[in-house]
Amino acid sequence: METEFTPILSLLGGGLIGASAVLLMATHGRIAGISGIISRILPPRSAGQSLSQGVLFVIGLLLSAPIWVLVYGQSPVQTVSDNLPLLGAAGILVGFGSVLGNGCTSGHGVCGISRLSGRSIVATVTFMSSAFIAVLLLRHVIGA
Amino acid sequence: MKNLVTLIAGLMFGTGLILSGMANPAKVQNFLDLFGTWDPSLAFVMGGAIAVTMPGFWLVTRRAKPFFNDVFHLPTRTDFDKRFVSGAAIFGLGWGLGGFCPGPAVTAVPLAAQGTIVFVVTMLIGMVAAKYFVLWWDRRTWDLAGKTSQL
Repeated sequence: METEFTPILSLLGGGLIGASAVLLMATHGRIAGISGIISRILPPRSAGQSLSQGVLFVIGLLLSAPIWVLVYGQSPVQTVSDNLPLLGAAGILVGFGSVLGNGCTSGHGVCGISRLSGRSIVATVTFMSSAFIAVLLLRHVIGA
Repeated sequence: MKNLVTLIAGLMFGTGLILSGMANPAKVQNFLDLFGTWDPSLAFVMGGAIAVTMPGFWLVTRRAKPFFNDVFHLPTRTDFDKRFVSGAAIFGLGWGLGGFCPGPAVTAVPLAAQGTIVFVVTMLIGMVAAKYFVLWWDRRTWDLAGKTSQL
């Protein structure tokens, strides 16, 4: 299914994501890695870890779409597959892989690359490659 | 103040994801579909984010400490082992198959598409499973190291 190429909006949106990462670094001294922020809220948790900041950040994420709808009066454009077993499998892989690989698109792809971290560059090249293969298989081999 | 800033950071991040089109899994999958309905937008999202983050991090980490904390918590590890690279590869497979990574998926939850809810619930299960797996793995590595040193 085709989607519209949106260079300006994507650049602006990316800039806003970057500004959020810089804000977190300036105030809390922490990397804006979403998989890390979410997984640290979940069990098993190490003793003495503070929960509140992660939870607040997630609440901010969750408020974004409702506020968008209030301001623009319409829902953001979105096409989600209704193949629920596929999304379930994808969810397990994303959750498991992001914890095992210490990060996702935000932590490695944005923050890590911005710090020129070798680990993050390896991770980003690896997940970009396997994601590319997954879509190739899904759309052009299996034909889903 | 500290709490408000964190909430605003989350709101900025989520709004950035929506504005950039990344909360739409079809757009992410189209970026990865070079031989099909290719949409290069995601490269602009990464470019825009890095263009702000790279100079921004450099600037703010020149201060002695962050505003609400005593130290900057910057990752210090530089090694990569099998576990780390496998994790990234597994993550990428899921990202490609679903078109969602953690940030956009959580941001899209209030839009309440069935697929999003299923993805987020299974993602949380995958995260908990991986945390237990890592604990088990580390303990096993410790045990092996202990045995070797006794020999």
